[in-house]
Amino acid sequence: MDFLLAPWPWYVAGPIIGLTVPLLLLMGNRKLGISSTLRQICAACVPARIPLFQYDWKKDSWNLFFVGGVLLGGFLGGVVLANPKPVALSGSTIAYIAQFNIAHETGLMPASLFAWQELATVKGWLLMVLGGFLVGFGTRYARGCTSGHGITGLSALQWPSLLATCSFFLGGILFSRLILPFILAL
Amino acid sequence: MKNWKYALVGMVFGLALTKGEAISWYRIQEMFRFESFHMFGIFMTAIPTGALTLWLLRKTNAKTFEGEPLVVPQKKYHHGIIIGSLIFGFGWALTGACPGPLYAQIGAGFSVVIVGLLAALAGTWTFGRFQRFLPD
Repeated sequence: MDFLLAPWPWYVAGPIIGLTVPLLLLMGNRKLGISSTLRQICAACVPARIPLFQYDWKKDSWNLFFVGGVLLGGFLGGVVLANPKPVALSGSTIAYIAQFNIAHETGLMPASLFAWQELATVKGWLLMVLGGFLVGFGTRYARGCTSGHGITGLSALQWPSLLATCSFFLGGILFSRLILPFILAL
Repeated sequence: MKNWKYALVGMVFGLALTKGEAISWYRIQEMFRFESFHMFGIFMTAIPTGALTLWLLRKTNAKTFEGEPLVVPQKKYHHGIIIGSLIFGFGWALTGACPGPLYAQIGAGFSVVIVGLLAALAGTWTFGRFQRFLPD
């Protein structure tokens, strides 16, 4: 049974992720793009007469079912079939996070950072609240995220999506090098 | 009822993200520091798989299961593609999650990420609120 609990190598996970694009198209011209669900939820719950949220969000309700499924997939992969071993990180990453007393333990996320009581700390607040806010703000500004631009847009050979993908990688690389170490040291 | 099939596809997608460790904060740090091939391997197999299958579908004039012509996604350039994506990259480095993994992390038992998802909704809403003051 061990093989069910083991993490999937990149050459298994990657193609399955990629096949989602043609499958959704074949199922009814649906476009894989997860940041759209954030817009949909805003439109459904707090439209507040904002033009961005004045559209027929119900037409895309399939996407809400899709992300409900993503959450279930997270439960299946992260709880039911949870890897009993820590993520097999490279030695240099383990050494990097150890500088900030972040344990490299079992689980996909460091439990010492992503816990409810951490929301009361500046570090936890920046990681979860500021981080989440920037993800929501930036992806809507760019009209797409890793799935919509990075996977779908690049699969369809759309050059604006290549620009988006380079930009969010550049943002992540610069932030990780220049700013994140100061936040993790808090 | 016809929407439930998308939940099933989402579940397989979420399972691949999770078992592939693409929702792991650790893996995202490692990726942005270029310390492992793992995450790049995922992108470098996912995108050609999508591109090749889309090319084949177009080449064979495939129709949807309901017989409609396929509409391949198009993305237009606007300045927000660069500005917004840079901002999103900062958030990705902090949370270790792009939008899909936010949902998957909650499912994987990190209930506090509900706050991250609410913050992402607040971010999207705030963008909508101030969109007319921002360069497109």
